[in-house]
Amino acid sequence: MRFELSDRSSGDRATPGKITARAVDVYYGAKRALHNITLNIDGNRVTALIGPSGCGKSTFLRCLNRMNDTIDICRVHGQIELDGEDIYAKTIDTVQLRARVGMVFQKPNPFPKSIYDNIAYGPRIHGLAQRGPEMDEIVQSSLERAGLWNEVKDRLKEPGTGLSGGQQQRLCIARAIAVSPEVILMDEPCSALDPIATAHIEELIDELRENYTIIIVTHNMQQAARVSQKTAFFHLGEMVECNDTEEIFTNPRDERTHGYITGRYG
Amino acid sequence: MTDLSSTAPFSRSSHRSEAFEARLQRRYRSERMFQRAGIGAIIFAGLMLVMLLTTIVLNGYTAFWQSRFDVSVYFDPEAISPSGSIDPETLSAGDYPALVRSALTELVPAATGRDGKRALMELVSSAAGYTLRAMVMADPKLIGTHQTVSLLASDNTDQFIKGHIARSALPGERTVSDRQIGWIDDLRAKGVLKSHFSLDVLTQPNSRQPEQAGMWGALIGSIMTMLVTLALAVPVGVAAAVYLEEFAPQNRWTDLIEVNINNLAAVPSIVFGLLGLSMFLNFFGLPRSSALIGGVVLALMTLPTIIIASRAALKSVPPSIREAALGIGASPLQVILHHVLPLAAPGILTGTILGLARALGETAPLLLIGMVAFVVNVPAALSDPSTVLPVQIFMWADAPERGWTERTSAAIMLLLGFLILMNALAVLLRKKFERRW
Ligand SMILES: Nc1ncnc2c1ncn2[C@@H]1O[C@H](COP(=O)(O)OP(=O)(O)OP(=O)(O)O)[C@@H](O)[C@H]1O
Ligand SMILES: [Mg+2]
Repeated sequence: MRFELSDRSSGDRATPGKITARAVDVYYGAKRALHNITLNIDGNRVTALIGPSGCGKSTFLRCLNRMNDTIDICRVHGQIELDGEDIYAKTIDTVQLRARVGMVFQKPNPFPKSIYDNIAYGPRIHGLAQRGPEMDEIVQSSLERAGLWNEVKDRLKEPGTGLSGGQQQRLCIARAIAVSPEVILMDEPCSALDPIATAHIEELIDELRENYTIIIVTHNMQQAARVSQKTAFFHLGEMVECNDTEEIFTNPRDERTHGYITGRYG
Repeated sequence: MTDLSSTAPFSRSSHRSEAFEARLQRRYRSERMFQRAGIGAIIFAGLMLVMLLTTIVLNGYTAFWQSRFDVSVYFDPEAISPSGSIDPETLSAGDYPALVRSALTELVPAATGRDGKRALMELVSSAAGYTLRAMVMADPKLIGTHQTVSLLASDNTDQFIKGHIARSALPGERTVSDRQIGWIDDLRAKGVLKSHFSLDVLTQPNSRQPEQAGMWGALIGSIMTMLVTLALAVPVGVAAAVYLEEFAPQNRWTDLIEVNINNLAAVPSIVFGLLGLSMFLNFFGLPRSSALIGGVVLALMTLPTIIIASRAALKSVPPSIREAALGIGASPLQVILHHVLPLAAPGILTGTILGLARALGETAPLLLIGMVAFVVNVPAALSDPSTVLPVQIFMWADAPERGWTERTSAAIMLLLGFLILMNALAVLLRKKFERRW
């Protein structure tokens, strides 16, 4: 038994224009971190953001669920639409937005609570389910989707911080899934993990694509190539090139992209 | 392969050179010296503490022993109620010291004449008459009977028996005369006058007479004052810390507030007493000498400590936890209530308890708001006049009779016991919270 997330298609059917960013500029104080970014992100696809350190990948990602709001000095200009709706409009509630656009961070950051409560917290605050069997079901199916259920089903009451790094990151993914988001943002989710745990999460991302729109920041070219269908290359706060992953890696249009993926700098 | 050592900034062989060895030795030597200095410091501090504690305990433990006369008293109807009436008014006006006097003269026939009888009566506490009166008031049927009663000895008798008044001192330099010493020795030999273990020093209210004085009133006063402090300082302090740390924008105003809070934490406590005097007593007209106003003044004094400790605790909560909660759509208040505060709780708690412990031992500001008054009644309400343990210690230490010395030390022991209890509680609660997370 699984709870119904949505009736989104399960095939390899992309839904174009899930997220559109138009002329986005981001400033940290007087410093301009993003220049005039225009980018379309398809639904039910994995989009990879690559680029050298400090080029603004995380900044862009954090614009998409307005996490930048929590930084006092950060200002965002331009327009970002989710399903055609401006997420920086006054009518948009960030709490609601972040329930629709979940996030997985670079360092696994489970709550210092039990595994069960880690998953149940989101659904509980959003009123998606009450305590009891309904919640148990959400916890189980979220952990199953994150490929963690078999490893933790006997220790749900134990603290989430007691898991291994890779398990913790999958717990964080399960936590993000539990509130039934439409989009999942992942900021270098595997950078703290070993190759086996990484492979596990990559597999997971591929499966999640069926139901979610995924945007992943990565420094690992192979990973971008393996998991994503689209790739955007950022450089010095600009979006240089965005195309099908295959195109980017086999036939980059821009000299800078070529230089980066062939390892000349970054 | 090229020679690696030639490209390194230093030649590799220098790691095995004599100069390197010597440097290494010097490093170890300074480490050993540093360790020894640390151990020395700890031993020194420990010795000082042991010295302090032994002095206090040695001075104070005798306060838990009290000399008493076990005498047969004849409840003479002539002295208690010559008219034969047993209504409370008559009974309370009876001449009870006369009963004590005749009971004692029976035991010490040598005490004759006015002077002799007065000297004999000096051996018992003035409380003896009140003891008998209380017995009669509770049960008038005692009138006309003989009863064995335990009567409190006077401070001089007690101190002499405890050896605090030297037998060898010149008669003019001690408060018991040679004749009285003779009677005391005689009564002790007869088994009438004995030292008993007694908790009266804890369970009795204050008194002008050292042998009757206890610290129950001060203890209750301290507890009530602390409750007021706790109830005011913790919610206000934590709320202020949460606002400053989580919501307030970083600007000149919040900087100013921060500087002021840090300043307030360093303000001498007596200044808070002056504030309490002029604000709460003179302006608001709150009841003088009361636990209420004492608690308010101490709360003001403790507030900066709690705010600073709470802010530090809130700051130490990792930002990743906040991001995690925000990332799944928790509102800022939910982030604080569900995640940040519980994680900061051990730190907040420790700061609070340390602040309260400091408030518990505070004397100076309370003197200014009149808590130094002599209060016999145990306070029953926050607005009742009361005193607190440290002020009680201050007052007792100031009094001349020898009997106050041991009581002062006993009060210090109680205060120290409370402080140890609070600090242990802080450690325990911290451990408990930390394990839960
Ligand atoms: N909170 C902040 N305050 C000020 N400047 C910031 C802040 N966060 C990021 N920046 C600046 O914005 C620019 C982009 O940073 P961002 O973190 O988006 O880079 P990134 O592409 O994610 O880098 P990395 O791959 O190293 O994570 C950098 O120059 C950085 O110094
Ligand atoms: Mg980054």
